[in-house]
Amino acid sequence: MAINETVVLDAERDPLLTAERWMKQGRHCAIATVVETWGSAPRPVGSHLVIDAEGNFQGSVSGGCVEGAVISEAADVIADGAPKMLEFGVADETAWRVGLSCGGRIRVYVERLG
Amino acid sequence: MRWAYSRLCRKAWLRNMDPYVLKTLNSERIARRAAAVVTDLNDGRHRLVREGDPVAGELGDAIANAFRTGKSSAVNVTGREFFINVHLPQPRLVIIGAVHISQALAPMARIAGFPVRIIDPRTAFATAERFPDVELAAEWPEEVLSSAPLDSYTALAALTHDPKIDDFPIKAALDSGCFYVGALGSRKTHAKRVERLQAMGVSDEQISRIDAPIGLDIGASNPAEIAVAILGKLIHAYRSRGNSKQSGAPD
Repeated sequence: MAINETVVLDAERDPLLTAERWMKQGRHCAIATVVETWGSAPRPVGSHLVIDAEGNFQGSVSGGCVEGAVISEAADVIADGAPKMLEFGVADETAWRVGLSCGGRIRVYVERLG
Repeated sequence: MRWAYSRLCRKAWLRNMDPYVLKTLNSERIARRAAAVVTDLNDGRHRLVREGDPVAGELGDAIANAFRTGKSSAVNVTGREFFINVHLPQPRLVIIGAVHISQALAPMARIAGFPVRIIDPRTAFATAERFPDVELAAEWPEEVLSSAPLDSYTALAALTHDPKIDDFPIKAALDSGCFYVGALGSRKTHAKRVERLQAMGVSDEQISRIDAPIGLDIGASNPAEIAVAILGKLIHAYRSRGNSKQSGAPD
């Protein structure tokens, strides 16, 4: 394993470097951040998803379960510039089926860049 | 599977992410320096805090703890909620010497979360056959470290016993604030090394930071056990960063 794979940031996939690049290209974007988790959550606190006005995105705030909702909320945040706090949890009626592997709740803060 | 979600709040007066904060954060991350973004969730304001910056009170304690543990979290301080998102560089280990101990230490360190680079100019030692899956540089440390300098999120273990190979990187590690600097050798060997390092201009304070004889005192008696002893001391040094010296370090 090359030390550079883990020691040097990956400019293409790193969400915050992506956000800065998009900003320099004049693209409007939003940054979503996991600020709190309860139970088993797929991505740790501090994880980022960045979204542009066309719905392009980089990074993750979950294992893919909530990204769709975050991306659509991000469109509003980019449009009106009002940050949002979102809370996600497994819906009660399905909780029994998902078991321990993904039974968590997460809180995600979505804000516009600039 | 379905996720239910709710908008907890949506406040038009909240501040958005400041582009300057993002740019500064990214340049700190690229330079492998620790930084935290502290967001006041009541008004949306952000503030960039570098490791070691003084922040008073309970919030300062929470930020210091985040730097030590590397864990981001939301905290409540005097009725306000703050989110501390801490960004630490990936810690790594540079081993001087493609020796028997290194063959055990490299995979152990990698499992513990420290990617490894091994430097040894002796081409008979630094072979891919002896070190599969490890980044190897069969060059002098002087050459390798000039293009890939050490930093405070790097540990260095000098294991060759050969002053010609070990001395330069030990001084370089002390000068660049490596969080751990270990040097193999008996007390007698180390005493001679200290004299040479002093002649090179290394201060007594810097010399006291060298872990020698190397590793935790666990009676290690073969290369793999010595590797465990080194890794234990290295992890302790990593997790007590920011505490005064390594005064609490176990021997």
